Amino acid sequence: MYASENYFPRNEEELCGLVAQASSEGLPLEVCGNRTKRNIGRPLEIGVKEGARLSTRQITGVTLYEPQELVLSAHAGTPLSQIETLLDEHNQELAFEPSRLENLFEQGEDAEATLGGVIAANASGPRRILRGAARDYVLGARAVNGKGEVIKSGGRVMKNVTGYDIARALAGSWGTLAVMSEITLKVLPKAEETRTLVFLGLPSEAAVSAMSTAMGTPYEVSATVHLPPEFVARHSDPDIAGLEQSITALRLESFSASLEYRAGRLHRQLKPFGAIYELDDVRSRAFWNDIRALSFIAKPTTDEDAYLTVSTWPLWRITVAPHQAAKLMNALTTQLEGSRAAYEWSGGLIWVEVPPATDASATMLRRIIAEFQADALLVRAEPETLAAVDVFQPLPEGNMRLIRGLKEAFDPHRILGPGRMYTGV
Amino acid sequence: MSIATIAPKPGILRKRTNIVSALKKMLSPGAVIAEEAGLRVYDGDAFFAYRRLPLAVVLPSSTAEVSAILKYCHAEGIRVVPRGAGTSLSGGALPVEDALVLSLTRMNRVLDVNLESRIIRVETGITNTAVSNAVSKAGFAFAPDPSSQIACTIGGNIAANAGGAHCLKYGVTTNNVLGVKMVLMNGEVVEFGGPHLDAGGYDFLALINGSEGQLGIVTEATLRILRQAEAARPVLIGFPSSESAGKCVSAIIARGIVPVAIEFMDKPAIKVCEEYAQAGYPLDAGALLIVEVEGSEDEIAMQLAEIEEIATGFSPTVIHVSQSEEQSARIWKGRKAAFGAIGRIADYYCTDGVIPLAQLSKALNAIATIGQKHKLQVANIFHAGDGNLHPIILYDANDENERTRAELCGEEILKVCVKLGGCLSGEHGVGVEKRELMTQQYNEVDIAQQMRVKSVFDPEWLLNPGKVFPLKAQEPFLDRVR
Repeated sequence: MYASENYFPRNEEELCGLVAQASSEGLPLEVCGNRTKRNIGRPLEIGVKEGARLSTRQITGVTLYEPQELVLSAHAGTPLSQIETLLDEHNQELAFEPSRLENLFEQGEDAEATLGGVIAANASGPRRILRGAARDYVLGARAVNGKGEVIKSGGRVMKNVTGYDIARALAGSWGTLAVMSEITLKVLPKAEETRTLVFLGLPSEAAVSAMSTAMGTPYEVSATVHLPPEFVARHSDPDIAGLEQSITALRLESFSASLEYRAGRLHRQLKPFGAIYELDDVRSRAFWNDIRALSFIAKPTTDEDAYLTVSTWPLWRITVAPHQAAKLMNALTTQLEGSRAAYEWSGGLIWVEVPPATDASATMLRRIIAEFQADALLVRAEPETLAAVDVFQPLPEGNMRLIRGLKEAFDPHRILGPGRMYTGV
Repeated sequence: MSIATIAPKPGILRKRTNIVSALKKMLSPGAVIAEEAGLRVYDGDAFFAYRRLPLAVVLPSSTAEVSAILKYCHAEGIRVVPRGAGTSLSGGALPVEDALVLSLTRMNRVLDVNLESRIIRVETGITNTAVSNAVSKAGFAFAPDPSSQIACTIGGNIAANAGGAHCLKYGVTTNNVLGVKMVLMNGEVVEFGGPHLDAGGYDFLALINGSEGQLGIVTEATLRILRQAEAARPVLIGFPSSESAGKCVSAIIARGIVPVAIEFMDKPAIKVCEEYAQAGYPLDAGALLIVEVEGSEDEIAMQLAEIEEIATGFSPTVIHVSQSEEQSARIWKGRKAAFGAIGRIADYYCTDGVIPLAQLSKALNAIATIGQKHKLQVANIFHAGDGNLHPIILYDANDENERTRAELCGEEILKVCVKLGGCLSGEHGVGVEKRELMTQQYNEVDIAQQMRVKSVFDPEWLLNPGKVFPLKAQEPFLDRVR
């Protein structure tokens, strides 16, 4: 194999052969699909030897789909859109509503997220708060570990405690433990209809409180978001973008009669938070597509948009218990004036843009969030910054030892995306 | 008995008196059990055929005590078997003669509840039911509901990644655990996750849930709690055959309905349960389904009407929609009493395969054939929505030959499940019971990868020894530390 070369195996066997060869040569690999999320993580530690690029983009195709059993298997390089179209034809969906992280970065022509990339990033969107994360839907996987061995874990059935749940653990590992070749997921039926309740102008404390109140009802609110005015201005619907005030939105999904009932009950229970507006099925779907697309923090596509956004600012993804969300942001904005935050998952997921600083304010931000048992991931920053700071939340030494041990157990020669998540891992 | 157990280390057995007194010095009075009568209580679990007296039993009251015990055992090379309530059906808590049983039942406090964030933090010796009870007044519950929920502990639920009848909609334990505090075999205390969702970094929670107590001892857990639906109501549907019942399940799911539970019972199971619980089950039916939906009264009525309409297409012998709380309780009574009912007429061995739903009639035919071959009656209870089959093999425990045949029968059934595209265990775990069957589902490379993960946490292989992995496959890992 050659350094600085791109490799596109066409099947698992070829993938296996390439990894085995790289392993024997000690050649570091950038593991990817279509590279749409390549900017997330630290630059690879490739030492004196340059790395090669190993993409699963040509290992494609749905290998199993049984709508009546709620199960789908596909090769890792299968474009996500292909899977979603197929599911849609059967009125089903990926319930975790994969978040379109790729929109946060400049992309080449027709760069499309692959299933492997979505799972490797554990990219869960708005519906995560009700239905669970990408990792919750992983039933099984086939993958090639850093020694070039094919490993399989889990299966195609809904429940499985036969041995350790390695397939699920590959979710969120960013290709640094093993290269997934095929993934089996649980899928769910789509709801018939959607409706969204909207508050305007709520301050963030009240918004988080409204979202948590809604999540505490039995009405199965399937997504919540709170956007400050600066983020509302970036919404794709001009009517919404022009509102010039914050938006707090709650989504209901069910059959028609049920929606009517649930919306009515929520109106009553949430009255203390202020006037409630409603988006009907069509506008509701458009609204949440926009949230899922992360357009409120996305890389601008035109100069005119660029004027509206500050997407050159460092972007952080913070997760925290919802009851701490507003407090955490208050502490943060006191120290980092000008920061702006969007709250998903009832306040449990906060996207924060912070004013440019040499270390993307990593030191200060991590010091502040330490009091709130939160986790912060630096999603977007200048390459020099990403190389210099901890991109993933630094953890106590005991955890780091296990992290290094796990890496060793899968990839002893450290050839799969070395250093992408942690220094020396 | 056909399943081999591992040999105790003579060196440890010889030091027993010293070990017991060292532990007594370390812990509060009454926290160490060493006399035989006391040890008997801990000599096995709900995998009844196997019993072993442990070296001693410890009942720590805090994470610090668990840490001190493990640190000591690590230094001395003493093996440790973690234990919750001992309800494992796969021998997950079965001791070895040279092992210390570490029971978490004294650590049963609720530490923190936050309804706004919908989380509860508990010590893991608390029972599954007690967690839900702690938040039920506010209308919340912990979703996993294994049949043993009154007795079983959260620690055990995490070890076995427990499910239950309602996990079709709400997921199993791994989907409902946000964070854990865990003591490693060397005594080190580590935390994974927390009150927040989906932190970045490796998903250690995925590995810990379902690891059968082999990676560490989880002493605290932060759990997701869910607001309960306004109401829930079941419908009972009788079918002429298992096949038509299975097809009805597929049709319900294909229509886009995901009920909270779809329970299936075959003819032998119906008969036993009805005789015991008088739940009003149709004795002439070849199979029955209990389908439960939830929501407001109107939402329930609409969903049940749709399910009724679907069921009509599969020549049901009876459709009984519950009209009241009492009727609902009665419909569930038979299913929930199933194990007690069967235990009344015979000893039984309940196993736990999973199959793709479309293979149901093939699986049931194969199970019937296997039962006949071993001259044993098999009743089937099935979490039909998620394909989790619980064949219940009836036998006489006093008849050594029959007991061996029951084990063989279970083994053959699980092999069929794997062959049909399923797996060996949906919620009971591998334990001792299915250890040697792992090769049916995984090859050597797959198993070695899992064992390397075990070594990261417990390099000396002292924690819950002799389980999950075939003994022969474990050899190279044990040799390395000898």
